[in-house]
Amino acid sequence: MNIHEYQAKQIFKGFGVPVPEGKVATTPAEAEAIAKEYGVPVMVKAQVHVGGRGKAGGVKFCKTPADAKEKATAILGMQIKGLTVEKVLVTVAADIGSEAYVGIIVDRKRKKPVFMVSAAGGIDIEQVAAETPEKILYLPVDTRYGLRSYEAMRMGFFLYSDVKLAKQAAKIMQQLYLAFMASGCSLAEINPLVATPTGECIAVDGKMVIDDNELDRRPEVEALRDVSSEAPSEVDARNNNLTFIKLDGNVGCVVNGAGLAMATMDLVKYYGGEPANFLDIGGSSNPEKVVNALRIITADPNVKCILFNIFGGITRTDDVANGIVTATKANPLQVPIVIRLTGTNEEIAMKILTDNGFSASADMDEAVIKAVKLAKGGQAA
Amino acid sequence: MSIFINKDTKLVVQGITGRDGSFHTKQMMEYGTNVVAGVTPGKGGQKFEDKVPVFNTVYDAVAATGANTSVIYVPPMGAADAIMEAVDAGCSMVVCITEGVPVLDMTKVYPFVKERGARLLGANCPGIISPGESKVGIIPGRICMPGNVGVVSRSGTLTYEVVYQLTRAGLGQTTCVGIGGDPINGTNFIDCLEAFEKDPKTKAVAMMGEIGGTDEQEAADFVKHHMKKPVVGFIAGQTAPPGRRMGHAGAIISGSAGTAAEKIEAFKAAGIGVAVRPMDFVDLIKAKLN
Repeated sequence: MNIHEYQAKQIFKGFGVPVPEGKVATTPAEAEAIAKEYGVPVMVKAQVHVGGRGKAGGVKFCKTPADAKEKATAILGMQIKGLTVEKVLVTVAADIGSEAYVGIIVDRKRKKPVFMVSAAGGIDIEQVAAETPEKILYLPVDTRYGLRSYEAMRMGFFLYSDVKLAKQAAKIMQQLYLAFMASGCSLAEINPLVATPTGECIAVDGKMVIDDNELDRRPEVEALRDVSSEAPSEVDARNNNLTFIKLDGNVGCVVNGAGLAMATMDLVKYYGGEPANFLDIGGSSNPEKVVNALRIITADPNVKCILFNIFGGITRTDDVANGIVTATKANPLQVPIVIRLTGTNEEIAMKILTDNGFSASADMDEAVIKAVKLAKGGQAA
Repeated sequence: MSIFINKDTKLVVQGITGRDGSFHTKQMMEYGTNVVAGVTPGKGGQKFEDKVPVFNTVYDAVAATGANTSVIYVPPMGAADAIMEAVDAGCSMVVCITEGVPVLDMTKVYPFVKERGARLLGANCPGIISPGESKVGIIPGRICMPGNVGVVSRSGTLTYEVVYQLTRAGLGQTTCVGIGGDPINGTNFIDCLEAFEKDPKTKAVAMMGEIGGTDEQEAADFVKHHMKKPVVGFIAGQTAPPGRRMGHAGAIISGSAGTAAEKIEAFKAAGIGVAVRPMDFVDLIKAKLN
């Protein structure tokens, strides 16, 4: 789960990381009032879950409250990579001496969270990694023991030759690490970490990505979710324990298991079609899940054919068949449906389907070919 | 022959009285797996299906029955503890089926297991089956048959799909391993490839990967330098949009690392046969075996 910059900075602040003062505005007037309250130049920053906000014109420096109002007017409602800006963060503009990068990411290869720090901050860290890798220090942390003082100090001195700054940075590393662990992050980032001309370290931008698997035990983090920044169909799916990602094609896919779901999308494409979505109904099945899946998929007007691909292991195929029958009785389908199912209780499922006027096959390729053809307006073979 | 589990596997089931645990324990028993014990704290002294003794702790279960392998069906927030309990009690092989284990928990579990010399499979995996010998986990037994193809995969149902097609074509398996789709898992492709290379019965390997990370590229490198047996590979997620998590925590493409195209290139460079569709495994493996 992504959270906004202002939310990440609130968490940082709670762990002692110095951040510039800031408040969220949803209207230009609010932005003006906040700027007036601070009485100093501010930054107005779009709060959306994408990178590259600055380049898209979503981050502006404002000298006066009137200026803040004007910039907020331009930014609020702006589209950045398909997302509408609903909120801006109005924050005191920092005096910038130098900019560093500090990030922690769970590294699959080392199987640990790894700190990445670089004095070449403020820009795209991936570019630094590619062009001047020696400017980045990688420091894996053994989470059983936590970040040790000497490790934090090593990073502090890697960033700054000034002792006072290095010690402040080391402290920030410890605080950031604790925030990372306590929030169940897969990524936490300060970019840039600014050293002011007067010798203070301050986190001017903050980012956190939360591991979805942590949310059950961290309701306070789940509460930070901003559903207005997500596609409604994806929110609906998540509330019904389905994993759904909307795509641009016209073959609506309902599959059990992520790997098979991806392979099904690939096969749709292989046979000349375009998948309308990724949808994983998950392991343990109940008919209700199938009903919800069908409702979400048929809400997409692009969908011209629905393809079920179910390989029953934990999932009982008769549950899926019952779900299809229930859902289509309540809301008759406007588009053709192609069903492939095999595995646990396959015979019962086939009987349920044929008794209700559906046909189903046990072969994946055959079903995909048929679905692609129907989506293109052709007749089924 | 087989890898990781065989006729000598003596299994303890953690979470045996739960909904999934009890269902799949029955399935494993029907398949012929030697299930010697179950563990549910507070239910020690009971018998599962009038046959399998239930204990309060894995320690008690191992002491009483000599269990050497554990399978875990406990809720996600308890999975890390369950894995460590099994290893601490002396199980040398631990299979964690549980889905949704926080990755930060796994950063603690992984070194714990390694330092004690045990093997962890998963979490978030379908388990492992050596057809005709033993099944640990949830892979449906009837889609498998004994033979000489080793199967290793990051996915669950996609594994079933490929195994089903292999079996229908008369290509049996030595062992099918589902390593799971999480970013940090106990056993990776290379561990399985190395074991299949050493297993005298295995003549060819089918490997199913997916987008995200670099495990498949590293596996390809291993095949190139350390394997004589033929390998055929598939990558799921060729059409996945970047930056989106596709159900599996591992199946996310961030930046340029981990795209399907990159992985397929790595396969080709290592001499691994590339299955474009799951059904292509059959012909490619047949060709390699001849």
